[in-house]
Amino acid sequence: MNGYFGDVVTLAVKDLRLELRARDTLPAMALFVLSTMTIFHFALPSGSSDNAALGLLWIAILFTALLGLTRTYAPEREQSMFDGLLLSPVDRSAIWLAKTVAALAFLAAVEVVALLAFWLFFAHIGWSLLAAVALADIGLCAVGALVAAMATASRSRELILPLLLLPLTIPVIVGAVGASVADDPGKYLAFLAMYDAIFGVIAWATFEYVVAE
Amino acid sequence: MIRAAQLAKRFGDKRVLQKLSFALPEGGFLLVTGPNGSGKSTLLRLCAGLSSPTGGTLELGVERGELGYLGHEPLVYRELTALENLELFARLYRVPERQARIRALLERFGMWDERDNRVSTYSRGMTQRVALCRVLLHEPRLLVLDEPYTALDAAGSELLDAVLAERSGAHTFLVSTHDPERIAHLASDRLEFV
Repeated sequence: MNGYFGDVVTLAVKDLRLELRARDTLPAMALFVLSTMTIFHFALPSGSSDNAALGLLWIAILFTALLGLTRTYAPEREQSMFDGLLLSPVDRSAIWLAKTVAALAFLAAVEVVALLAFWLFFAHIGWSLLAAVALADIGLCAVGALVAAMATASRSRELILPLLLLPLTIPVIVGAVGASVADDPGKYLAFLAMYDAIFGVIAWATFEYVVAE
Repeated sequence: MIRAAQLAKRFGDKRVLQKLSFALPEGGFLLVTGPNGSGKSTLLRLCAGLSSPTGGTLELGVERGELGYLGHEPLVYRELTALENLELFARLYRVPERQARIRALLERFGMWDERDNRVSTYSRGMTQRVALCRVLLHEPRLLVLDEPYTALDAAGSELLDAVLAERSGAHTFLVSTHDPERIAHLASDRLEFV
């Protein structure tokens, strides 16, 4: 595969390979989400509504995503590899898209654990929850990969990332929780899809300026 | 290939480069010398397009993919092998016949037998050899090399001497070094920082 999407695949495969070798991010994310779901399981009183459990699931997913996104550019930051990537003739938005794809893969892998724990501890998993998870993941990772690049340049990046990302992803959480608990999740899913499209295009178009000096 | 006029770079209040003018024609070899902190690396980063000047003008006659840059960092992923790193960059630079090209470079720099080991297991000198392979992989028209002899042993340094001599005249070079006499015979011009 050549061209723009060939570059995206090449860079995303590189990120997945780096994670498989270093195992820096996935185990931490999996442990965090499993611990959180276990705590919620014992903290929620018996007879609590499914809606309360769904709200807690989304808290777990949001902060797990945040944990993963903090490490998105760790190899580039620690080894000055941003220079290496920026010197290459690839379209810079391909770097963002590859990071988004890799972050999505990590988050999806961890969500398998989270949803299994949710199913075991709380309630059954419906199609609307799965659709909300998929759409919310895209929004979180697309915006997160952009904001993480901004935060990378800062010394207090662990603080900057949540400060920038959480306000931007409030609509994602509103849409995702709404789609999970509403009787008619259609409008919430449409809202999530619209957020993904709009913010995906904004992140794609602005990444080049974010990584400029 | 490169034309700088009244070039300036400052970081906050600190002026690193001031009113620097020079021209490097195609096929030229500009040797940059000077003490630590004099602005050599800053100049090379500007010429590689990794930084923007705060004053003056800098015209570069190459596209991004036509430039090979070796900085203080080797710019290879430590958790990937030498082969994986070079395959990654060969794909990004659209290097034709990349397997043969990678093999030829790794053999030339004595790294073929180490190709499947991760860069994190290499010595600093071996990492520098892989970094040089990365720089030369796509046959760049302009080579910007910041202290290329760093960490190389005697054999590695002689190898680099030969590689630079072979390409001198055919490629354009901007090289900073603390050992200018080593490559002074290749230089068409010299820029001395004080």
